[in-house]
Parts: sequence; structure tokens; C-alpha cells
Amino acid sequence: MTDRLSGPALPARFERPPVLAFIGYVLGLALIAWCLAGAGFSLDKVMSSPPRFADFLSRAFPPNLSPDVLARLGWKMVETLQIAVAGAVLGVIVSLPVAMLAARGLIAGPAVNQAVRITLSFIRAVPDIAWALVFVVAVGLGPFAGMLAILVDTLGFCGRFFADDMEAADKGPAEALSATGARRIDIAACATIPAALPAFVSTSLFALEKAVRSSTILGLVGAGGIGIELKVGFDLFDYPTALTVILMIAVVVIAIEHLSGLARTRIIGEQR
Amino acid sequence: MPSGVPVPPVDIEAEGLTKQFGDTPIFSGVSFRLERGGAVALVGANGVGKSTLLRCIMGVIPLTEGRVALLGQDTGGLSAMAQRRLRARVGFVAQKHNLVPRLSVLSNVIHGLLGQRGGVRHWSQAMAPAASRQAALEALEAVGLAHLAQRRADRLSGGQSQRVAIARAIVAQPEVLFADEPCASLDPAAGEDVMDLFMRLARERTVTVVFTSHNIDHALRYGDRVLGLAGGALRLDATAGSLAPADLRGLYD
Repeated sequence: MTDRLSGPALPARFERPPVLAFIGYVLGLALIAWCLAGAGFSLDKVMSSPPRFADFLSRAFPPNLSPDVLARLGWKMVETLQIAVAGAVLGVIVSLPVAMLAARGLIAGPAVNQAVRITLSFIRAVPDIAWALVFVVAVGLGPFAGMLAILVDTLGFCGRFFADDMEAADKGPAEALSATGARRIDIAACATIPAALPAFVSTSLFALEKAVRSSTILGLVGAGGIGIELKVGFDLFDYPTALTVILMIAVVVIAIEHLSGLARTRIIGEQR
Repeated sequence: MPSGVPVPPVDIEAEGLTKQFGDTPIFSGVSFRLERGGAVALVGANGVGKSTLLRCIMGVIPLTEGRVALLGQDTGGLSAMAQRRLRARVGFVAQKHNLVPRLSVLSNVIHGLLGQRGGVRHWSQAMAPAASRQAALEALEAVGLAHLAQRRADRLSGGQSQRVAIARAIVAQPEVLFADEPCASLDPAAGEDVMDLFMRLARERTVTVVFTSHNIDHALRYGDRVLGLAGGALRLDATAGSLAPADLRGLYD
């Protein structure tokens, strides 16, 4: 009956962290401070930037909406989207066989899986703009270099995630076919890929969004698309045109993200 | 043995089957022989290793010790090619139907032929040779679902799905059929139908059957022989006719 009198103790509101965790927090904060210092973080500049930013806006505003500029930029935007779509579609197509080699236990042995995955990591580690520079050297200035950069960038992204999608797919149908003596390639084609298809669609749409975002800046290094207009605008202090380019990119990227979201729910929502 | 009496071939011969996962023993010393056309029920409590034993007999999971001769071939140490050839002569129905959801019922049944006739043309009913499409339709007819051939596999009821899985298992005319709790995920009435159909088809085709079940009733009704697994060993090996439900209940204690 003594239990009743004392009753259960309420837990403390805050737990005292263990010493090691406390040291960890302090080290974490120190690391962030160190990074801010390395990045040249300066309150003075933060305080003084709004007037300068306002100055840029006042010189850029209103954006240049004259019909000939809009037409020129519009066509550049179309080229940008062509680069993005062509690169992303080819990238997705190339990714499928590569991902099949990267997926563990699908058609290739562990050594091949590992080699392909390391190669894909390397492709992803190199930024898209660096690929664009490489392809400008390889195939010359222009949209084709940009398309190749997007293709390779998409391969790095989709190759890895398609492989993960196939590894995560329901193993049941694959087991059923393997029990009938089907070959690995037949099992992949008939059970694993159909099971991973909705995930593929979702990954591909993300790749397209990523490609559209990338393609808008590839022009900075001469790989085609609207990026060149941005660079020229800033280089010539033609801020109103530069602002038009920025707004145009924002509108198109947001629109593509929205459309891709709609497509995702339509395709996967229906197919479950 | 008197000459002139036909001796049915032995389809499955298991000797001293032992399986451990790491240090955990699952079962040891399981031996039995099964003649052509016989039906064996593997019974035992949940987690006792029925499914593992079944997959070891099929040669899908390697044994720790012991040997299995399936259709006269030792399943250990087969080359990948020989293993596939052997598997092409058996059919398997799992607890889950494991159909490919986005494909048609007909395509799913045609996939049952992949072991014997692999390649792109058997990936989908649209590309399959006429003979394969016909064989698949006949298998669907046998399970009473020919009218649903075009339906997508994810639009079927549980019982229908399992019947399609049976069609896929019999389309290649296997000599041995394995079934792992084929009706465990169905309601009792649908499960009864599925089990009935499965065994009728197997009997009609004189196919050797090994199935696992936790249903004592099914084991006694559909098995010629009942093997009871308990405590990691074979505790029961008797003809179904000589057993009463009470004899099996001991396995579940």
C-alpha cells in the first residue's frame, strides 16, 4: 500500500545529456562556426547588402518585356527545354540497362554491381556544369554539348535510383519465376521491371525536373540554352533583360515541377 | 521383387536433410521417398521450418547436410544450367500468389513457360507464339478462369489470383508440383476451392505433389502421406488413411 502513497514519479521535463553527447553538441556548433568563418560570413556585408540589392532591382526593374527581346528569349527557352527533354529521355533510356547491371542479385554478379555503382557515383560527383565544360571541349560550343551533359547527369541519377528501385521491388513474382527455371534476364524483364515501373516513372520525372533546372545554366559555359542570355545580360549590365531571363526560368521550372507532379499522381495513382 | 509388376518411379528421395541458418538449427535428419503421383503433406506449427524444408527439397535454398534427388537428379552441385532445366520440370505455388500486378492474366500464365521456352517472345502475351498462348488459355480453362484472360492481375480477387498462380504452375506440364500453404491467405471457403482444384489437377495429370499446410483437415484429406515436423525433426511419417486428426494435434503442442 505504500506505492499508492508515493505514486508513480513524473519523468523530468528535460534529460541531462550524457557527457559524450554534450561534447558532440559543442563540437557540432564549433564546426558550423568554423564553416561560417570559412565562407566569409560577415554581418557587415549582410547589413549593407539590402541597399545594394535594392540598387540592382531598381536598375533591373521593370524587366525588359519588349516583344523582340521576349521572342528571342522565348526561343532560347524553347531550345533550353529541347536540351533538357532530349538529354533526360536519352539518359533514362541508357540508364535502364546500366541500372540492371548495378542492381544487386538481378542479372550481374557482385563485382559488376560494385564496379557499375562506383562509376555511377563518379558520374554524380562531377557537377553538371563540369560535364558541360568537358563536352564543349569534346563536341564544340552549342546545345549538343549541353544535351550530352544532361544525358550523363541523368545517367548518374537514374542509373543509381533505378537500381535501388529494382532492389526494393516485391521479390515474390521474381521468386515464382525463378522456381520455374526462368533465366535471370527473363525474370528481370517479366517480374522485377514491371514491379519497379511506377518507381521508374517517378524517378524519371524527377530526372526531367532536374534536367530542366540544369539546362537553364549550361549556357553559362556555352553549352546552349537560355543561360547564355543571363551571362550576357550581367556582363553588359543589361539588368532588365537579365531579370526577364531569371523570371522566365522561374516560371518554366515551377511549371515543369507542377506538370511533373500532376503526371506522377496520374500515372502512379492509377496504377498504384 | 516379382518381375512384371510396374514399379512407379521415385520422384523425390530425401536423405538426412539438415538445415541451419547460422547457428540456429531448423531441422535435421529428415528422410523420405516419394513415388510418382503421390501427394505428401508437410505439417507442423508456425515457424517450425515447413517452408524452408519445402524450398530445400526444391533446391531453391541450399541444404546444410543431406541430399535430395529430385526427378532422379541430385539437387546439390548442379550447374546453373542444369538447375534451370530441372526447375523447368517442376511447378510451384506459393502462399502469396506472386502474380505480376500490372500485366494481364494471360501474360502471367505464359510466364510459367519461361523455364522451358525463355526469351523475349514469352515476356508478354502480345508477343508470345500461338502455341504458348493456347497452352496458357488451356491452363486458365482448367482453373475456370479463361474468361478473365485479358484482365489485369491486380484486379482479381484473392481466390482468383491463387487460381491464376496454379494455372501458371501447371502450364508447363510439370512432373512435380510444390505448394507452400497455397490457401493460407484466403478465407476458408475460397481456400477450400483452391485446394480442391489444385489437387484435382495434380491427380488428373499424375503429378507428384508436396504441399505444406497448417490445416490438419487439408493434410489428411489431400495428402496420401503426412510428414509432421516438430522440434526440428520428422516426428510423423504415416499414410493419411491411418491417421486421425488427434494424431496430428500433438505436433502443434
